[in-house]
Amino acid sequence: MTKSTIELPPKGGFSFDLCKRNEMLFKKGVQPPSFRKTGTTIVGLIFQEGVVLGADTRATEGPIVADKNCEKIHYMAPNIYCCGAGTAADTEAVTDMVSSQLKLHRYHTGRESRVVTALTLLKSHLFNYQGYVSAALVLGGVDVTGPHLHTIYPHGSTDTLPFATMGSGSLAAMSVFESKYREGLTREEGINLVCEAISSGIFNDLGSGSNVDVCVITKGNVEYLRNHVLPNPRTYTSAKGYSFPKPTEVLMTKVIKLKEKVEVIEGGDAMEE
Amino acid sequence: MEKNLDFNAPHSMGTTIIGVTYNGGVVLGADSRTSTGIYVANRASDKITQLTDNVYVCRSGSAADSQIVSDYVRYFLHQHTIQLGQPATVKVAANLVRLLAYNNKNMLQTGLIVGGWDKYDGGKIYGIPLGGTLIEQPFAIGGSGSSYLYGFFDQAWREGMTKDEAEQLVVKAVSLAIARDGASGGVVRTVIINSEGVTRNFYPGDKLPLWHEELEPQNSLLDIWGTPAASPEPMRE
Repeated sequence: MTKSTIELPPKGGFSFDLCKRNEMLFKKGVQPPSFRKTGTTIVGLIFQEGVVLGADTRATEGPIVADKNCEKIHYMAPNIYCCGAGTAADTEAVTDMVSSQLKLHRYHTGRESRVVTALTLLKSHLFNYQGYVSAALVLGGVDVTGPHLHTIYPHGSTDTLPFATMGSGSLAAMSVFESKYREGLTREEGINLVCEAISSGIFNDLGSGSNVDVCVITKGNVEYLRNHVLPNPRTYTSAKGYSFPKPTEVLMTKVIKLKEKVEVIEGGDAMEE
Repeated sequence: MEKNLDFNAPHSMGTTIIGVTYNGGVVLGADSRTSTGIYVANRASDKITQLTDNVYVCRSGSAADSQIVSDYVRYFLHQHTIQLGQPATVKVAANLVRLLAYNNKNMLQTGLIVGGWDKYDGGKIYGIPLGGTLIEQPFAIGGSGSSYLYGFFDQAWREGMTKDEAEQLVVKAVSLAIARDGASGGVVRTVIINSEGVTRNFYPGDKLPLWHEELEPQNSLLDIWGTPAASPEPMRE
């Protein structure tokens, strides 16, 4: 028993080597890569016969516009849609997951999904993750109990409101709603007010931009108006396209085939184990 | 912007909540402001939540935490009511809240006031503050606005008030707290519970009493924006 402590390679468990490496790099000032967060304006309001949802279409990665025309109004059920702000991956994942749970629930019950069901599923998932699933949502739909609009925050708290805004552009959008929303708007007025609120987010918030997506949900009918307003068309390309008067001169046209070095036998004998 | 608009900050209810007993039941009261940091996320929220037909709870602290606790308690009480075949008592409701608040004290940031009426004990108010202790009280105050109200309640609360006296006391207290506490605001909501049933009342912000140096309410915010205040922050490119 002279040498009882021999260096043995670890048999299992976690390795924290990379954590130490990241800590060292962070101390030296290296910024770790971040998730794609959607600086966003999303809104929703209740009108006479149903709900209107709206969203801008800009996705950002820090100061970079990562996608100029993304979709932020997600499908939940045939009668329920959901706008997402926050980490794009999280809003996409959480709405997809709850959407599939709702479909199974519909197969089980044989009835139309209710908005409160979606609300409860979303909030319990977000609460479980204590805010680490960063999804801020505006949930809207029409069910057997009428039109409903809710907001859901990343920590799992929910609100029920006649008009709602979320995301970095929520202040700009809310100022439009607060000054112009009233009870009993018509369908046209509702769509126009939502467009105006999103536009104020697009123009006044750096995190929001590009186009306006709208979704109108009424009893038994959904109208998804993708790119309903295009306030930022590309102006720097020629509509006719570009032509170049003098093409590059062709000096020689000759194809030299590569020499086959290996012969491939199709359908040879199968390998043995 | 100097002030930090952090939308990822947990949603917390800088709040004023009150529960008061009177000679036939209880009056619960709350303001309606929910904020994330310095932004008012909801100016008309309802912080007085139903647990059973005869028991309500006033919520303060983290909105997510207080909602989950009251959702669980409502679910438990529903089962309990079916098994018992009669309405749950306020004591049982308060004790369930305490159980959740105490067992998960490390996870929760919420203070609750449970109030209601039952045939055994009549109107009762229970306070369940942050640590998860249960205190039966003749009146209870909670939330950030409550610090402005301790002295007021010591002076103004009396035993054996009438229903109207108790409600007026609650409305007065919440409006006083709204006037001094920045995290409380909006409207005043009250819930009155007694042997007759439940009455909900709503006092809009422009119908509340005016306190020291307060101005008359205007029709529109635009009316008081006629004169610009201090010059805004210089713009940057």
